This record gives sequence, C-alpha cells and structure tokens, in this order.
Amino acid sequence: MSKFSRRDFVKIVGSTAAATAIGLPAFTAAAGSKKVVIVGGGTAGATAAKYIKRADSSVDVTVIEPNKDYYTCYLSNEVLGGGRKMESIRFGYDGLKGHGVNVVHDMVTAIDPAAKKVTTAGGDTFDYDRCIVAPGISLRYDTIEGYSKEAAEIMPHAWKAGAQTALLRKQLEAMPDGGTVVMAPPPNPFRCPPGPYERACQIGMYLKANKPKSKILIIDAKAKFSKQKLFMQAFEKHYAGMIEWQSVEAAGGVKSVDGAAMTVTTGNGDTIKGDVINIIPAQHAGTIAKTAGLTDDSGWCPIDGKTFESTIHKGIHVIGDAAIQAPLPKSGYAANSEAKVTAAAVVALLNGKDPGDPSWVNTCYSIVGPDDAISVAMVYNLVDGKVAKVDGSGGLTPMDSSPSDRAREVQYAYSWFNNITSDIFG
Amino acid sequence: MFRRKTVAALLGTGLMLGATALSAAPTGQMLADTCAGCHGTDGGSTGPATPSIAGNAAVYIVDAMKAYQSGDRHSTIMGRIAKGYTDEELEAMAEVIASWPIHETSQQVDADKVAMGAEIYEDACTKCHDEKGSLADDEAGILYSQWLPWLNYSIEDFKAGHREMPKKMRKAIEKLSDEQIEAANQFFAGQPQK
Repeated sequence: MSKFSRRDFVKIVGSTAAATAIGLPAFTAAAGSKKVVIVGGGTAGATAAKYIKRADSSVDVTVIEPNKDYYTCYLSNEVLGGGRKMESIRFGYDGLKGHGVNVVHDMVTAIDPAAKKVTTAGGDTFDYDRCIVAPGISLRYDTIEGYSKEAAEIMPHAWKAGAQTALLRKQLEAMPDGGTVVMAPPPNPFRCPPGPYERACQIGMYLKANKPKSKILIIDAKAKFSKQKLFMQAFEKHYAGMIEWQSVEAAGGVKSVDGAAMTVTTGNGDTIKGDVINIIPAQHAGTIAKTAGLTDDSGWCPIDGKTFESTIHKGIHVIGDAAIQAPLPKSGYAANSEAKVTAAAVVALLNGKDPGDPSWVNTCYSIVGPDDAISVAMVYNLVDGKVAKVDGSGGLTPMDSSPSDRAREVQYAYSWFNNITSDIFG
Repeated sequence: MFRRKTVAALLGTGLMLGATALSAAPTGQMLADTCAGCHGTDGGSTGPATPSIAGNAAVYIVDAMKAYQSGDRHSTIMGRIAKGYTDEELEAMAEVIASWPIHETSQQVDADKVAMGAEIYEDACTKCHDEKGSLADDEAGILYSQWLPWLNYSIEDFKAGHREMPKKMRKAIEKLSDEQIEAANQFFAGQPQK
C-alpha cells in the first residue's frame, strides 16, 4: 500500500464521519428556498451567514447591515496607541457575497415575528423562515448627566470602532505632554470586559514614548474588573506613575460631564479636568433588539441556551453582544462561537432535524505592553438548558508567566485577529 | 504500526457515528469549528504565529491535547483550553481536523537558509517528518508550511525541556547547531517552494 493511499484512506474516513456527524445535507438537492434574514453584519451576524452557507448552501441567506465597512472593536485599541492603522481593522462584505450571501446595505426598522417579516428604512420587506438578530450594543446616554450623542463628539466613547476611534486618536495626538487622559469604564454588563484596561495600556504605550509627563486617570463605575490582577501588574510594570485606577468605591464613578469645560464630576463630588476624556457609557442591546421587543427589563435579550432562540419571540435567534449569554462574555470570540452554534442549529431546524448539543469557546487577548500580552480562555457547554463553563477548563495567563511566553502571547494575539477576521469576513 | 493507526481511525469514526445517533454530545464538526478563531477556518492559520492544525493525524491531535491537559507539553493558552474536553470529544474533534486539507502558507523565508535546511532535512528529519513534514501518518505533527515563529517556539520548548522530545529527535537535534536547526525550520516554513 503506498503512502498516498494510506493517507487518503484516513482522509476519506475522516471527512465522511464529519459530514455524517453534522448531518450535512450532502445529497439533498435544492430544497426550495428556506430563507434566513440576519439583522446586523458584525462579528456574530457575518459569521452566522457564512457558516449557514457552509453547512447548507441551499438556504437563502440575507444579511442586512447599514454600513459598507465594518471596523472591528478588537485591536482598535492598538489604533489608539498608534501601533496599527485604521485600515487594518476595516473589513468589507465581498467575502460573504462570495459565499452566496445576499448583502443588503440598509437599516432594519421593524421585525414582525408573527408575519415573519423584516422591514428596512429603505422601505423594503424581507420574509424569513428564521431570523437572526445580531445588532451588537447601543450606548446609553441616560446614565451620565451631560453625556449625549453630541457630547460623544467631544468626549468620544470609541466603543464602536470607526469614526469614534479616529476621533479619540486625533485628540491623543493633539494633547500636550503633561496632559491628563480621563477614562470612564462602564458598569457591567458591557462589550469587551477587558477592553477599557487594555485601552489604558495602549494609550500608555503611546504617551510613554511621546508625552511621558502625561497621566491616565481611570474613574471606574465598578469595584473590580476583568483580568484585574494582570492589568494592575502591567500598570505597575510598564506605566508606574502614569496610569491610576480609581474603583467606584474610592471615587464613586463619573456622575456627570461638562463638554464645554472638559471636566468630569465624580460620585464623590470631585470635579476633574481632562485634556482628553474617554467616556465609555453603560450599554444595552442594539436599538433594533428593543424596537422588535426582544429585550427584557435588563435591556438585553433573553435566549434559549441551546439555540440562542429568543425566549420572547419564536423563530428569532439573538447572538453576539445583544444576547444574555453569560457566563459567555460579550467578546468577539464568543460572538463568533455563538454564531457557529446558532448557524448549525438554524440549519438543523430548517431541515426538520434536532439541533445537536452546542460547544462554545472564548479566547481573549489584551496587549498590555511591548512584547507583553495576557489572555483569558474558557470552554463552555450546555448544562440543564443553560450555557455553563466546563469545570476545570480555562483561566488566565499566570501572573508569573515568563517574558518569552508573554511575547508569544502578543504574536498569538495578532494571529487570533488575522484568523478570526478571515473566519468572519473571508 | 499501520494496524494501530487503522484501528484508531475506525475507532474514532465509530465514536462519532455513535454520538450522532444518540445526539448526546457535540458533534466533531461543532467542536472543531471552535478552533477557527485562532487556528483559522478549517484549521488553516493565516499567521503570523499560531500553527495550522489542518490535516494532522487524529491520533496526533488527541495526544497533543492530552499533553496540554497534563502540562507535559508547555503552552501559553492551549493547556487552559484542552482541559475543557473529554477524551471522546477530543477524538471526535480530531477526526474532523484530520479531514481538513493541509494548509499552505506564503511567508517570508531566507532562500539560503531554506537551501541549507533542505540538506539538514534530508539528513536528520526525514525519517519521522516524511514528505517535507506533510505526512500525517507519521503522527509527528504537520510541519510542512507551518509558520516560522511557531516552529522556532517548538524547538525552544524542546530544548528547554518544556516538551518531551522523542529519543530519535533528541539524538538528531544534539548533532545540529542552532543555525542548522533554524535552517531546517526555514525549510519547513518555506514550503511549498516557489
């Protein structure tokens, strides 16, 4: 037996098993036109579209997304730090179109779960057999006095990447040496839990190299935060005397802002002037989720753990940051993972099959200094119908991991970015 | 040797079909698709460092994951992730990964080093990493066209004792200078040669 045929034998057995396992309709011809409409073409929505097509190309998949370009929130902090160009976090929809997905650039204004119809601002309606809603987050302008959509043009949140990221970067570039950057991270739950603290590190890297007399003051709405010990270690190691974190227990968080005076006032009543002020406000599910009645009192969307189908409206699945997916975090990796599980479930349901048991992963890197990155990872499964952490899995980069491992984690962070974005948009 | 591999392959298939019939566990496809965020769609990494996993022997993937679980194989993050899976899940996942075609990268390599590495490869590596490191049945990991930083990390870990080196490899490595090892890595990374 030649080496070639041995290898082929294993490959054929392997691929046959894989096709059988997922119940791929390898032999089902065009089964009519089962329609899936996906509201939102971000990480979750775009991944779901691609993976539905991969599993069953006969499904008619339409993604409705207002923007022609998508800027990833992940690694946008490195744009703020100056280590990365905006262009490198911009992605388009040619990849999805290449997979046979219909991409419509419009804004969904209504979803009718009874009639199974989606309506857009452009006046079009789309019928669906199953709908996937992935609108990400909306920023709340009702929790900090003086903060508003207009004020965000002066004190950017930069929590949806793109113009806001560019604006904050411009402000950092214009800031004098010796200036103060005030950052206000939001209360839980919010998109990208380690994001604000990685941002402090990235801004710190820029300031240390260019404006070393400057300060970063983090006035937090929380008493603790993601990867806290590792971030505090990084603040001390790389940015001693530059980054200061104030717990809500110490300062009371930011209660109000004044855009004209460029000041924030804390819960304790202190008014602080900033040269650059980054307010990351509290968040809810993206606006359309609320409009469509998919949110509960928390402002987020309750879902069934197995399929992420809304527990409010049948036939609509909510994935990504908008869903109540805890213990999964509101992260890019989790959104990508949720989308694949839901894509498989949607294909199974459309073909009259039982969705299999899900498995999710989250991996999240934060680049905290030159050649220094930290990570958190976890595997999740379904227990009693709910998303659960797999016991014994996951956890953080060890506090005492070697400099060479920290440097490797930077390279793995970049690899993560390249691979996940090509998995989503490629 | 061949019999063991065949049994392993058939055993893996049987487990997967069993799992499908009972619908009591995530499918191999479901499990393997979660790898893409770091290792690329269908296990083909876009780099710059994370290795492609596509096309590895299922046995190799399972062994690697178990070594990550126990800590016998050093890692930054894989140990934490590997601990999330049962043996059956690892086998189901590995069968799918094994079915993916080997990924070809295009990366910058030093042509002189690749040429030097080709000779070293023929002398020292080919017995266990046949067909330029692309033969899955060697169960020695696909080295063909892997990202250079990862190949270098792997050698660093072997040499530091952070990962157990098979006897044959230890003997081969002992005879090579750092420069020669780097050249061999460049040879693997530089596949397919243009």
